[in-house]
Amino acid sequence: MLPDELTAPEAREHAVRAEEDLLTARHAVRADAVAAGFSIVDQTKIVTAASELVRNAYIHGGGGTMTIAVVRDRRGRAGLALSVRDEGPGIGDVEQAMTDGFSTGAGLGHGLGGTRRLVDEFTIDTAPGKGTTVTVVRWKP
Amino acid sequence: MNAGAGLPILRLGDILISGLLSDLDDATALQFTGELTARISDEEIRGVILDISRLEIIDSFVARVLMELAATGRLLGARMIVAGMRPAVAITLSELGLGLTGVQTALNAEQAMELLGWRRPVEAAEEAPRAS
Repeated sequence: MLPDELTAPEAREHAVRAEEDLLTARHAVRADAVAAGFSIVDQTKIVTAASELVRNAYIHGGGGTMTIAVVRDRRGRAGLALSVRDEGPGIGDVEQAMTDGFSTGAGLGHGLGGTRRLVDEFTIDTAPGKGTTVTVVRWKP
Repeated sequence: MNAGAGLPILRLGDILISGLLSDLDDATALQFTGELTARISDEEIRGVILDISRLEIIDSFVARVLMELAATGRLLGARMIVAGMRPAVAITLSELGLGLTGVQTALNAEQAMELLGWRRPVEAAEEAPRAS
């Protein structure tokens, strides 16, 4: 976790501890996607990705934190970056977890693999006992 | 009457009509399917129309709930038609890799009614005597 002074000024943190936090997190991502000027399709994709990630953190990770940041690449293109981390058991076999149809929870097993298709950049940092952090970026076309 | 999910479920003959709101949380989704399934069975329902035109996202959890509800309804002898999916939601769902297998869809609630055999009685309505 970055110390406060290193966090981008636009970055906002949202705790995911209870069922209602899933909705709050979705609202926050929607509001930031609207503010960043994303189209309705792009808003829907990033909010759906956020929904998958925060539910994963809530169900598999026992809760976590979502950070939303407005980012820019070198060409000045704006994007929305979401980072969802939990202190849960972590994922032993990431490749398996990314495979469509694989699920240990209540979903369809499309959570992680599907989320990767909804965003432009996707990184996952996890290991057993170490928790899981998934960071995604969707760039504004 | 709607002690469960708090979403209104209307009955027209042997058809139930309901709609999902933009802010569907997981617990509400599960309560709603329980309530709907019980009413399909108790009231000998033949068809269910679920208007989702206000639903802003369908993630893999909601997709699973819809697919299970359609499958359960079918086992009880009822058809479920999901109507009014927003284009952005359809695009996102297909990118997620979810086709809502086994769920019949319609462009809007009126088309869903037609799929269940209801016809808008245009001429009859025009010829019907008006209350003065």
